Amino acid sequence: MTSSILQTATRFLMPLLLLFAVFLLLRGHNEPGGGFVGGLVVAAAFVLYAIAYGVSASRRALLVEPSMLLGVGLLVAVGSGVPALLSGLPFMTAAWGTVGVGPLAFDVGTPLVFDLGVFLAVIGVVLTIVFTLGDVARAED
Amino acid sequence: MVPEALHVAIVLSPFILLPAAGWLGARGSRHARFLSLVPAVLTAYFGFTYWLVSTTGAFTVTLPWATNLGLSLSFHFDGLALMFATLITAIGALIVEYAARYLDGHRDAGKFHISLFAFIGAMLGVVLADNVVTLFVFWELTGFTSYLLIGFEHEKPQARQAALQALLVTAAGGLALLAAGILLSNAGGTSSLSMLRGNDLNLTNDPAYAGIAILVLFAAFTKSAQFPFHFWLPNAMQAPTPVSAYLHSATMVKAGVYLIARMTPLLGGTALWSGSIAAVGALTMLGASYRAVLETDLKRILAYSTIGALGVMMLLLGLGTPQAVTAALTYLLAHACYKGALFLVAGAVEHETGTRDVRSLAGLSRAMPKTALAAMLAAASMGGIVLFFGFIAKEQLYESVGAASPFGIHAGVLTAAAVASSMLLGSAGFIAGVSPFIGQSTPGRVIQEPPASLWVGPLILGAAGLVTGLAPAIIDAPLGLAVASIIQDAPPVSLAIWHGWSGTLALSVLTSFVSIGLFVFREPVRRMLRPRALRTERVYTGALAGLDAISRTVAPALQSASLRSYALIVVMTGVAFVAAALLTNRVLPTLSRWTPIELHEAVVAGLIVAAALSAAVARSNMTAALSLGAVGYGVALMYALFGAPDLAMTQFAVETLTVVIFVLVFYQLRGFGDLSSRIVKVRDALVAIAAGSVITVLALFIGASGTTSRLSSYFAEMAPTRAHGRNIVNVILVDFRGFDTLGETTVLVTVAIGVRALLLIGRERRP
Repeated sequence: MTSSILQTATRFLMPLLLLFAVFLLLRGHNEPGGGFVGGLVVAAAFVLYAIAYGVSASRRALLVEPSMLLGVGLLVAVGSGVPALLSGLPFMTAAWGTVGVGPLAFDVGTPLVFDLGVFLAVIGVVLTIVFTLGDVARAED
Repeated sequence: MVPEALHVAIVLSPFILLPAAGWLGARGSRHARFLSLVPAVLTAYFGFTYWLVSTTGAFTVTLPWATNLGLSLSFHFDGLALMFATLITAIGALIVEYAARYLDGHRDAGKFHISLFAFIGAMLGVVLADNVVTLFVFWELTGFTSYLLIGFEHEKPQARQAALQALLVTAAGGLALLAAGILLSNAGGTSSLSMLRGNDLNLTNDPAYAGIAILVLFAAFTKSAQFPFHFWLPNAMQAPTPVSAYLHSATMVKAGVYLIARMTPLLGGTALWSGSIAAVGALTMLGASYRAVLETDLKRILAYSTIGALGVMMLLLGLGTPQAVTAALTYLLAHACYKGALFLVAGAVEHETGTRDVRSLAGLSRAMPKTALAAMLAAASMGGIVLFFGFIAKEQLYESVGAASPFGIHAGVLTAAAVASSMLLGSAGFIAGVSPFIGQSTPGRVIQEPPASLWVGPLILGAAGLVTGLAPAIIDAPLGLAVASIIQDAPPVSLAIWHGWSGTLALSVLTSFVSIGLFVFREPVRRMLRPRALRTERVYTGALAGLDAISRTVAPALQSASLRSYALIVVMTGVAFVAAALLTNRVLPTLSRWTPIELHEAVVAGLIVAAALSAAVARSNMTAALSLGAVGYGVALMYALFGAPDLAMTQFAVETLTVVIFVLVFYQLRGFGDLSSRIVKVRDALVAIAAGSVITVLALFIGASGTTSRLSSYFAEMAPTRAHGRNIVNVILVDFRGFDTLGETTVLVTVAIGVRALLLIGRERRP
């Protein structure tokens, strides 16, 4: 079942959704948002793509295997706690610094890296489940 | 001086080198034999530490571990520990060399060497451990690695069974050791064994003393295969021969003896301690040496005679006089050499002839002269022939039991028992080490000398028995140092071949003659005496069968493999606990602080209720899924209305994806079924209503109590200043409670892997 309306709409929605997800991830610390919901939005975008164009097309659009994102995400999240460990502080103690100058200066810290890990892992979790279910469903048709 | 961390790293080097063991081990004997360099170098290292200890006294190296719990990874170097450590690494080097050849070309040779190296490391840990917890960890590691080694031929069901049996029996002992260690450190105020010894405590008056002593004895008796736990050792002969030689004769089974020796300064001196060790040791010694003569399988003969020898050592440690303790350690050294050699010879014989039955082995000395020489040297030591080390050990045994008369038992009784069992053990040694090599060889079989790796090891061990027998003075100093770490102010050890004309000498001569006599007439003896064993193994099998039966009745009730009943149990348990907490604290929602309900809020609430009811009475999958989705959207709207935009966004995204996943799952479901009976539906409804009511009360209670505002203001204050963020929810998630989030993320990832694995079971993986 293909629907050209859905397909066309998806083509416009995808970049918007992905941008929105990154926006959510980055502003999460100060405004509503964060890695978890950002990851869900990315996953939803690729699920939408899968509904419109099929699971295989969505897999190709993702460029990496979702199971890869599982591992990388968890690794990034764990890795964000390591700098503290190396400087003799308890695991996951936050470290902050400032990037940029003047009105463009903003704080950057290890919690942001942690959030990025959560973001990637959540994408991996949802898409691993949905793609596998999709594959199995297609195999049974 | 050597830094402490380096000492620790050297002791743990077998673990550090596990990858090398696996890599070289899998590449055939020409590479695997290089692995024997590791225990060889370690032997030299222990020689060096022996020099340190003998010049500057015992020392402890410590690496902080869980300092909050007062635990550290600490090794204590003293005479006793070093004697065992040297034995472990020296014989270990021979065993690794032997095993490399014995398992040449075996497809699991890499795995074998990994297990063997882990075992060497664990065993070193046991004898050097200073902390009771360290001791327990390494103790259980030896059991675990021996499980892997006994079950090495895992395709044979008997091997798996024997491995499991050895693991269960010795791990039970290990748990007893842990309990004893905890009691001990509570009673003594420290978990360090050397500090406990140094504190000059009077533990024997402690109320926990009997408990500690019984638990330690249980651990030692199970590990050293003492009656009534002896049955696992003969069964463990399913292991490859190098393992039997190493674990089940030279090292691991002696861990029990080591434990008794180690704990005697702390717990010894009471009737409970000495009496049970001596009694159990004597019983084991007699029973096992009797069985040893009646067996016909080479390895089983050696297994029973090992149990008997362990009994001898226990008896001597139980007597506890300086003389007896010296005798126990002398016997231990002698036994490690000759029994290790005989096991390795048994392996070489089986390797070349394909059988281990002594009745069908004869005349091999012509074909395998070097193996025969090794075997006969070892058998001579085991038989206590003059000029061999076994002779000295036996003399010491006789003198010790002759001099002691514990608890009013006449010394003659113990002497008679020791003489009788020595006769039987000696004859068992001849049966295993001499009979395959003498007499007429079976014609028609072409048998060759095994490769050098298979006879060099036993020959070295056999020759060691002769060298130390001729010049026993060379081990006086290390032996004395070991005895001194068990008994303070022990007289210096001085071993000698010649003790003058004495009753002991007469008994020794008598023993040798009877041993040889029993050996010559082994066939009629075997026919006359049928093995009549006390089958304590039946208690083990009975207990296992009982546990299985309990599991079979309990497990189906708890593990129904039905998601609905799991959900039911989880919900009911949660509701019961929360309700109990609310009721016991007499919290009733105080409805004094109603906020006015707006119309749109009432509409959303009504929608949620309607959608929930629709889900409950749905007649199709799609209706149920969409109704649940509507409930979720309703809740998300509530979040949005009451100022929780983060939760609302997340809830919307989750609900959307859940509906998609539901739709995909429908492909897997076979239509919509009405599976529950009326009673089940009523029950489920009651549980659901109870859960809803309890949660409602809980929510009202939380709203009414002041806790929330306090937390909110704390986080509102701390988030921007300490965590550089104004969004409290997210700051809590990634910073304040970041570790929780990491755990939750891990759970999610695990779930995804599990879902994928479950879905793909039995399906061809798609590219």
